[in-house]
Amino acid sequence: MVQSDIILKAENISKQYRLGVIGTGTLSHDLNRWWHTIRGKQDPYLKVGETNDRGTKGESQYVWALRNITFEVKRGEVLGIIGKNGAGKSTLLKILSRVTGPTTGEIKTKGRIASLLEVGTGFHPEMTGRENIFLNGAILGMTKKEIASKLDEIIEFSGCERYIDTPVKRYSSGMKVRLAFAVAAHLEPDILVVDEVLAVGDAEFQKKAVGKIQDISRGEGRTVLFVSHNMAAVKNLCSKGMVLDNGEISFTGGIEDCINHYLKKYSYSGVNKNCIKKGAKNIIVDNVKFMSNKKTMIATGEPLEIMFYLKGDMNLLKNNLRLDFKIDDIYKNRIAWFSSSINVVKKNIGDSQENKIVFKLKKMPLNVGQYSLSYVLYANQEIQENAQEYLNFDVLEGVYYNNSTINITPKHSQILLDYEVYC
Amino acid sequence: MKENLDDKWLYTISSKQSLFQLNFKEIWRYRDLLLLFVKRDIVTVYKQTILGPLWYVIQPLFTSVIFTLIFNNLGQIKTGGIPPFLFNLAGITLWNYFKECLTGTSNTFTKNQNIFGKVYFPRVIMPMSVTISNLLKFVIQLGIFAAFYVYFVAMGHDITPNVNVLLFPLYVLMMALLGLGLGMLLSAMTTKYRDLNILVGFGVQLLMYVSAVPYPLEEAKLKFPKVVANLVEYNPLSQIIEGFRNMLLDTGMFSLEKLLYTFFISLIIFLFGLLIFNKTEKSFIDTV
Repeated sequence: MVQSDIILKAENISKQYRLGVIGTGTLSHDLNRWWHTIRGKQDPYLKVGETNDRGTKGESQYVWALRNITFEVKRGEVLGIIGKNGAGKSTLLKILSRVTGPTTGEIKTKGRIASLLEVGTGFHPEMTGRENIFLNGAILGMTKKEIASKLDEIIEFSGCERYIDTPVKRYSSGMKVRLAFAVAAHLEPDILVVDEVLAVGDAEFQKKAVGKIQDISRGEGRTVLFVSHNMAAVKNLCSKGMVLDNGEISFTGGIEDCINHYLKKYSYSGVNKNCIKKGAKNIIVDNVKFMSNKKTMIATGEPLEIMFYLKGDMNLLKNNLRLDFKIDDIYKNRIAWFSSSINVVKKNIGDSQENKIVFKLKKMPLNVGQYSLSYVLYANQEIQENAQEYLNFDVLEGVYYNNSTINITPKHSQILLDYEVYC
Repeated sequence: MKENLDDKWLYTISSKQSLFQLNFKEIWRYRDLLLLFVKRDIVTVYKQTILGPLWYVIQPLFTSVIFTLIFNNLGQIKTGGIPPFLFNLAGITLWNYFKECLTGTSNTFTKNQNIFGKVYFPRVIMPMSVTISNLLKFVIQLGIFAAFYVYFVAMGHDITPNVNVLLFPLYVLMMALLGLGLGMLLSAMTTKYRDLNILVGFGVQLLMYVSAVPYPLEEAKLKFPKVVANLVEYNPLSQIIEGFRNMLLDTGMFSLEKLLYTFFISLIIFLFGLLIFNKTEKSFIDTV
């Protein structure tokens, strides 16, 4: 009973923003608005807003960053909020954490809401780490007594023990984040709002942070609202999800369904319809499938099978069949090339029921990003099918190196190799 | 159990807002934050300066000297037997407290938009902490005034405080209410209209001259044109300054009627500022 009751309820939340520069027009609009209010009429500008789509040109000066958002969160639930940039995620979190008010609608809550700050906002550079723990904790709503009782824990979690009596201005940015997160993680709000904190800090710290959020939600039974672009983290942490699109809810449900919905909707992946296939076409590739542990997601470091299903004149299958494919990045740089004439483990094509060629990768070596796949199929000494940029796919964030202390971005390396270090 | 489920909401975030909505319970819950902000302001203000808190002392002394030279030596303003330097120092000491409160709180929203944009706490904590931490500065400056007071008495000047000195805390409170109230009002308005930021700087300067700081109220009544004389007389600030000098130096006028008037005006300005401030805090982050 207690576990399943509703702790947060949002009804018809909308938020309107005015575009452009706040300047000369502001006063006249304000006066007009005020004139309507004192006569008991509705705000005249509430009618005009348009959907918030960054890409399209609009008529109105006003846009709806959020429109008619209604949802409920149960106690102990971890709700993931996903959506592309500008979908309204941060605006929603801002309203939830009472930084700004909604234009219409209301949110009812049965618990205190606290939000995880971004990189040490509220830290005073001249004050020491210890003083800042108190200040930051108090800003987040803790009393001095609460902070004092958790001080040792916070310092230990932050891993900044040595610097704790040094002014924060001497800290590295990573240390500031650690300290800020450590304070926030030891808050005891009923509802914790987390926005992209995991984007900063090294891999070790990210792991620690995710673990801590898991502890908070599972162990301590507190409610968490989590916003991130890191699908792997969202999937690990959340039980339920909500997809925002142009300020409106486009999907709610279990987190896996949500991620699938999101990826399907925005993903760049899929068969390229403009692909022109050339060749003799006596035998062709019917379908290309990716198989991984995560089913629909292709993530760095995960085992992956790439399967090419063939169709056509089956007699050709035994006749010098060869499939080559290459992977390019979105800038059309060649990243990798594979061929069925190399490293063949087992060859029974043409004998079995399924006519497919499978490439198995123990660990997906491609780093996060978007790629395209092109292939050429040879049989009987001629090109049967040549499809350039046949398929586009996304590679999501994953773990390639199990014991890395740094986060390797595509800027470091587009492709990851297994190696060992001796020193 | 189930029927009163709706009554158990802890709080509601709503687009509608009642006219006057101040959650005192919440402010009380954040009292530690208030103290920590006060501590932060005091500890950090003169970090990495050479003279440090000495600046507290230098500024009123120099202003007093200048005022004495210009208004008393050059301008022949009578201070009623009180050494002009001490007379000016008294006015400046209390005026400084008002000025610091006003300028310190008038940029509350613009200065703290970073932190206000990330996390919620009762915003009014911020200007309140400024007003409280400025008290320390005031006490230090009051100490300087006391030192000169003793010096002038020792030099044989006939100056004594009168019985009104018991009202001293009330005068400081009124000054705080005025500074805080006007500051909150300005800070709420600067979120949209930055013009006011520019105004504050020289506006305070001008305000000082109609607040009877470098001259006694009596002189203003005698020498100013009628309109200006009235402006000065009904300005609550000049009443406070005059009353303050009256209790400490036993000079000028005191009337209970004027005191009540001043207190009332201060309270109204404070409440009005608080109201506008509270109305703004909900949406300022969108317009700042």
